[in-house]
Amino acid sequence: MERSEEAAEAGLTNRWPEILVALFLLAASIIVVIDSIRVGIGWEEGEGPLAGYFPFYIGCILMLSSGWILVGALMKFRRAQPQFATWGELKLVMQMLVPLIFYVAAVIYLGIYVSSLLLIGFFMKVHGKFSWLATAITAIAVPLASFMLFERWFLVPLPKGPIELMLGF
Amino acid sequence: MEEFNNLMHGFSVALTLHNLGFMVLGITLGILIGVLPGLGGANGIAILLPLTFSMDQTSAIIMLSCIYWGALFGGAITSILFNIPGEPWSVATTFDGYPMAQQGRAGAALTAAFTSSFVGAFFAVLLITFLAPLVARFALRFGAAEMFAVQMLTFCSFVGMSKEPPAKTLAVMTLGFALAAVGMDTVTGTLRMTFGYTELLKGFDFLIAVIGLFGIGEILLTMEEGLAFKGKSAKIQFNVVLQTWKELLRYWRTSLRSVLVGCWMGVTPGGATPASFMAYGLARRGAKDKDSFGKGNIEGVVAPETAAHAAGTSALLPMLTLGIPGSPTAAVLLGGLLIWGLQPGPLLFAEKPDFVWGLIASMYLGNIVGLIVVLTTVPWWAAILRIPFSVIGPVIIVICAIGAYTVHNSLFDVVMMLVFGVFGYLFKKLRYPLAPLVLALVLGDMAESSFRQSMLLSQGSLDIFWANPLVAGLMSLSFLMLLWPVIPALKHYLRSR
Amino acid sequence: MNKFGKWAGRAIVTAAATFGLAGIAQAWEPTKPVEFVVPAGTGGGADQMARFIQGIVAKNKLMAQPLVVVNKSGGAGAEGFLEVKGAKGDPHKIIITLSNLFTTPLATGVPFNWRDLTPGAMLALDQFVLWVNADSPYMTAKEYIDDIKAKPASTFKMAGTGSKQEDQIITAMIDKATGKKMIYVPFKGGGDVAVQLVGGHVNSTVNNPIEAEAHWRGGKLRPLCIMDNERLSYTEKVTATQSWADIPTCQSAGVPIEYLMLRGIFLAPGVTQDQVDFYVDLFKKVRETPEWADFMKKGAFKQTFMSGKEFADWVSKTESMHYGLMKEAGFLAK
Repeated sequence: MERSEEAAEAGLTNRWPEILVALFLLAASIIVVIDSIRVGIGWEEGEGPLAGYFPFYIGCILMLSSGWILVGALMKFRRAQPQFATWGELKLVMQMLVPLIFYVAAVIYLGIYVSSLLLIGFFMKVHGKFSWLATAITAIAVPLASFMLFERWFLVPLPKGPIELMLGF
Repeated sequence: MEEFNNLMHGFSVALTLHNLGFMVLGITLGILIGVLPGLGGANGIAILLPLTFSMDQTSAIIMLSCIYWGALFGGAITSILFNIPGEPWSVATTFDGYPMAQQGRAGAALTAAFTSSFVGAFFAVLLITFLAPLVARFALRFGAAEMFAVQMLTFCSFVGMSKEPPAKTLAVMTLGFALAAVGMDTVTGTLRMTFGYTELLKGFDFLIAVIGLFGIGEILLTMEEGLAFKGKSAKIQFNVVLQTWKELLRYWRTSLRSVLVGCWMGVTPGGATPASFMAYGLARRGAKDKDSFGKGNIEGVVAPETAAHAAGTSALLPMLTLGIPGSPTAAVLLGGLLIWGLQPGPLLFAEKPDFVWGLIASMYLGNIVGLIVVLTTVPWWAAILRIPFSVIGPVIIVICAIGAYTVHNSLFDVVMMLVFGVFGYLFKKLRYPLAPLVLALVLGDMAESSFRQSMLLSQGSLDIFWANPLVAGLMSLSFLMLLWPVIPALKHYLRSR
Repeated sequence: MNKFGKWAGRAIVTAAATFGLAGIAQAWEPTKPVEFVVPAGTGGGADQMARFIQGIVAKNKLMAQPLVVVNKSGGAGAEGFLEVKGAKGDPHKIIITLSNLFTTPLATGVPFNWRDLTPGAMLALDQFVLWVNADSPYMTAKEYIDDIKAKPASTFKMAGTGSKQEDQIITAMIDKATGKKMIYVPFKGGGDVAVQLVGGHVNSTVNNPIEAEAHWRGGKLRPLCIMDNERLSYTEKVTATQSWADIPTCQSAGVPIEYLMLRGIFLAPGVTQDQVDFYVDLFKKVRETPEWADFMKKGAFKQTFMSGKEFADWVSKTESMHYGLMKEAGFLAK
């Protein structure tokens, strides 16, 4: 999947993604280390390691390895980088990621059934260019089937929103 | 041959039309549960448990155990087709199963998975039938130190030769361990890294991470290549089953090794998920063309599936004979037994022979029925890949979201699934390996508690890990496994001096 | 759509409340599936009981709507309790409790208290028995206790479920009675704990009867004494020679320890008396079924039933007892 910068299509290089992910891991390691110190990192005589003992060293290794990655990425900062993805590819990824974020937000406020209906409907109509009928059937059938399966047969409550509440579920 | 007569009696109990009907029903429900990520074997059986109260004991346990077999079979389906492990123990199946599906060999991968599952289960049932008391005594020797040694062995046989940059492998592995530490520490009851958030109390479930990293991450990667699944042109014929069977015969060595790993891990009780990782790691080490693993090597499907199913089945043995569940699902089944007024334990075989041998007979029958059911559906499952991505894509997302939610009935987990999904995409693109993260997340929690339990037992002395031949042997084997990849280099170095 | 939904939802709630207040002759009944929260994982004692009740209710059609079991085990059950605490006024959510109702907030400092919930009813009390391996030389609790006293501290090992919860509290009580500290090793579940003892990895456990019964019957474990002020009432033989009723109390063996674990039902805060009454009545019906009697016998439960003020008083008394015990043992959250 690696392509060099000379490749025909312009796009995002690995430079910033690499640095950002390394920074994230570094931040995570700092949180781990700080909280481990809070709960105690000692090795109590006769009792063995305390609650923070393992997380502390795990955090330290994470800090070292992510620091290593970060330094490596910064050292190569000015050199040519392999391509992360072309802009066109990233646009396609966003076409999925953005609706996905909206979907998850919708699940929280509208419940899973209505959001699923909207998500499937959106994809089939906008990307699939299906007819309204096919879209409607699929978009309604999938949430309805999950409703029957989970709420009715298996008795597993899934997140519901105001519309389901209105219908008395 | 007392066992044999008992078994024949068991068959006569299980082989009524009535019970066969429950078997098919159970298998079908099980496959459904296995296919849906999140709603795993344990949850699924717990949910269906109350439904069986109005049935007679033997039929009820036959149906419940068939749900279990179904779930074991079903877990492989979504792993292979969409890179979403339906069950924790099918994570290792995705490593080669999904690439196979992308190369248009979904039918072969599914056949291999189902057949291997069957083989694993079959040998495990043989073990239960003829060696139950012996094996149960062996399981009793596993204290905290032995458990730690087994976890160590699992870990060491899997890690060690990643193609990715070592710093990145180390980083994701430790990230996995750190995530496993979030929540309540079982040994001291201290809350770690929760920072007062209720949502973090339960920690990061391995399943959520897997659904996000593998499932959602893969969908984002697929999008990069346009709205299409690569494997959709695959032609599906029924003879794919026969062709794959011919090919599978060549891997009898891998199967045998995985059966052993699986039975061992199920009985001890290490669990099906560690067993599948361990078998995969061993298969890769034993293979001549190591580089083909992770790129669609059928052996990479055979090994974890055989081991997972063998472990899942033999996990019932300590449950029946000792009342210790070898897996979460077995724990729920145990609850079921108690509710029906059956007390698992050393006397169950003597007190309720009808029930026990009926159950064991149903393990044979259930797995045969299961194999037939799943194999006949292979073409249909593989055909799912032909559905346009604009339909199946959002449906997969819905299934993932439902799966993430049902693990703990938590909306926070659905958000975490998204976060893990984004990281799954980034990690894949930046060549961070995902497998060590997942393995660390599975083993981290267990290994830490068994280590600390051992330390409490030994009053802080590390000698406990060398205290008896069993634990010392396991520890030595782990170190050997850890150093294995370095040995040729070491030899070379010594020779050149 | 969203606004309309909210409005309609509110309208229904208001309407329901009005009916409730108006006290229309019709008694309250659930109008949708009732969530039965279990603040513990699948397969544990509380989970088993909850699913058993779910089965009984469904089988005997004691309720028009289904009872749906939901596990919320995070943070030693804190997750489940916080969820019900947050569902103010929701009559379709009930929770089954174990001792972690008291121990979790005290040990972790997670902000909840049983007063945040509405007490429903006590279903039963779970007993604790002191067990040793059948191969050990101790025939009575006194012999075992005397040996603990005679040997240096930290010689004996006790396995138990969880940390700073009931099993460890009892261990601390035994420590106090003997004056010698035992090593307490926490495991995840009661079944695991019993097997550690059968395998000879520890010296004793304080398993609930149901967790160790099979091993007792199989001649692997030996019960020494029961942590209650009276013997159990189940006289049916479990082994060839003994029944539950034959186990002496720990008090009579010179170890003054009494500890029972609550198996009770709580409702969300702010529910009406009508709604509480419905559930109390439901559980009364559950207790009358033959299946329940069987279950009680199997697990050697103490079949005390309480509701209303009596129950609240009992819970309050038990809470202060836990506070005292945990303070003494140094288990309180810093």
